[in-house]
Amino acid sequence: MSDGYAIDVSGLNKHFGDKHVVKDVSLRVRRGEILGFLGPNGSGKTTTIRMMCGLLKPDSGSGTCLGFDIRRDSGQIKRRVGYMTQKFSYWDDLTIRENLDFVARMYDMPDRSGAVGRTLTGLGLTDRANQLTGTLSGGWKQRLALAACLLHDPELLLLDEPTAGVDPGARRDFWEELQRLSAAGISVLVSTHYMDEAERCHKLAYLSEGRLLAQGTSQEVIATQGLITWAIHGGNLSNLSETLQRLPGVEQTVLFGAMLHVSGRDGELLERTLRATASGTGFRMEKVDTGLEDVFIYKMKQSAKESGPGA
Amino acid sequence: MSPLNGFSLSRWWSIVLKEFLQLRRDRLTFAMIVGIPLVQLTLFGYAINTDPRHMPTAVISADHSEMTRTMIASMKTSGYFDIVAELPDEEAGRAALARGEVQFILNIPAGFTRGVLRGERPALLVEADATDPMATGMALASIDRLAAVVAAKDLTGPLAFLAAGQAPFDVRVHRLYNPEGITQYNIIPGLMGVILTMTMVLMTGLAITKELERGTMENLLAMPVRPFEVMTGKIVPYIAIGLIQATIIVLAARIAFRIPFAGSVVMLYVAVLLFVAANLTVGITLSSLAKNQLQAMQMTFFYFLPNILLSGFMFPFQGMPSWARFIGNLLPLTYFNRLTRGIFLKGNGWWDLWPNLWPLMVFTVVVMTVAVKFYRRTLD
Ligand SMILES: Nc1ncnc2c1ncn2[C@@H]1O[C@H](COP(=O)(O)OP(=O)(O)O)[C@@H](O)[C@H]1O
Ligand SMILES: [Mg+2]
Repeated sequence: MSDGYAIDVSGLNKHFGDKHVVKDVSLRVRRGEILGFLGPNGSGKTTTIRMMCGLLKPDSGSGTCLGFDIRRDSGQIKRRVGYMTQKFSYWDDLTIRENLDFVARMYDMPDRSGAVGRTLTGLGLTDRANQLTGTLSGGWKQRLALAACLLHDPELLLLDEPTAGVDPGARRDFWEELQRLSAAGISVLVSTHYMDEAERCHKLAYLSEGRLLAQGTSQEVIATQGLITWAIHGGNLSNLSETLQRLPGVEQTVLFGAMLHVSGRDGELLERTLRATASGTGFRMEKVDTGLEDVFIYKMKQSAKESGPGA
Repeated sequence: MSPLNGFSLSRWWSIVLKEFLQLRRDRLTFAMIVGIPLVQLTLFGYAINTDPRHMPTAVISADHSEMTRTMIASMKTSGYFDIVAELPDEEAGRAALARGEVQFILNIPAGFTRGVLRGERPALLVEADATDPMATGMALASIDRLAAVVAAKDLTGPLAFLAAGQAPFDVRVHRLYNPEGITQYNIIPGLMGVILTMTMVLMTGLAITKELERGTMENLLAMPVRPFEVMTGKIVPYIAIGLIQATIIVLAARIAFRIPFAGSVVMLYVAVLLFVAANLTVGITLSSLAKNQLQAMQMTFFYFLPNILLSGFMFPFQGMPSWARFIGNLLPLTYFNRLTRGIFLKGNGWWDLWPNLWPLMVFTVVVMTVAVKFYRRTLD
């Protein structure tokens, strides 16, 4: 089936009015793989996901989801995909059990009450099954939404910022669950803003202003940029950051709390500049591995420079 | 403290400005501001007539003479009667009245002219469908004067003595279905359709926009459910509600208003079922077209207006100009009004009801097709 790809789309474009929101996006997700979908707000992640499950018609481009054509077979795709919307979209005025029952009926599940019962147990919500969904807290709603989109045993999960606004403990549980599902052969496309989550994905795709800027494992994504990074610890880092930005070899400075990351593609030039500026000032510095965050901030600035201000 | 204490003109003005800006971007509200006065003025000014003329009238004539022709001609010139048919006998006449094809029957008995010439003062019979007292009142009042007109025109020369004194013939008027001209008999059965229209269209009008506004539509669209399943599935609970409402109205009509019920309960419920279905498809269509709940409500109101005014509920259908009747003929309430009045007051059978049943079925199928076509399959 489709060479083992759960998602294989190419050249996707989408306009809203005269706004070009998704530009020539091509994506591949292997079966059983977790693809992290990254990019700033408004970069077109949600729009791309919606095109893949038939909620939006692409203006051009083509591809398959689980081997089914995304333009013609959206019915088949919907039956096999679990889609978790960015905004909670179950019915607030139904109870938890009623929502799950509804979903189970939608997918013609053979053992409906069994499946709903197992899901409730798995969630630990059996006692609260008759509570109105609208009264659940954000974290619980998110867990319910994930459980509901898993109810019909989908082969592919499309999760749109599933952990936004969720506390760290619940996030960790959530990712353990995702890793378990992936090990069981379920493919996952998950959009997120969290770098620690990105590191947990098998592959990453980075979208900015509708354009796919990078795709691959996190090592690949980092390597293709060829950035050398130094970490500096010490006193007044924000002043140092301002100074460094104007000097040769320094392409980017990012402040992480008590540590400043300074990156550039020309390693020698960068090192010379740093030594000249920071030596004898009490700053401690060391060469570190370039992180995902450095790369993504770098990419974002680059694409902003290319498209120019106001675009 | 006075409400004007600390009043800031600039703060106040910023509220005014904001309202204007928002209003300007809300096109449908803007359309209503302009549209409603125009529609109301047109309907009330041109379509509605409380002194309805040109009522369809059939003649059953067993006597063709100069005098009966004058009689018929003077009915026409009175402006109240349009002679639309010649019927062979009394039975055909009653059927035409029952189906609402004609409002009046002029029945001229055999030997009428001879009777007049012999000074026997024979009688003409005028039968009226008096379901709606407003539709027949003025026309019947004009009939009495006609005898004198005919006498003055045809009874001249040697026959002039017949025209002198008492009228040379009688006009006997038969008010069928609502002999005492009780307005409630007409209004209450009609109200049934009005209430059902309002509640059914409004409730389903919100059915899909509600999902859109709450964001649950995206979830629904991501599931493998077909548009036809969503549409019809959303309608079914309201069919039950419609039947309950209809039952309440029927009971109130019988118990509180003592409206006669001449027809069959089964037929009434068949009519209600078809009518409720027609309105629910309208509601679900509006719901598919509207972008939010407010728009759905505004559209419902727009739909409601002509239904009230042009369906024959408030004002006699036959008294309206042809363009207004044309619009009225597109509205399910027009047919349902005839059905309820026919069942309550006239005791109509299937054969009489059929001309008003099939348009409801056609309407439902056509509108449902439109609804499914406009249903959002995607979020585009
Ligand atoms: N239905 C829509 N109509 C018009 N513009 C839209 C619509 N949906 C999204 N957009 C615009 O498309 C761009 C991408 O949005 P989205 O895909 O939601 O980005 P992301 O999920 O990455 O935050 C944004 O600028 C957004 O305003
Ligand atoms: Mg989004």
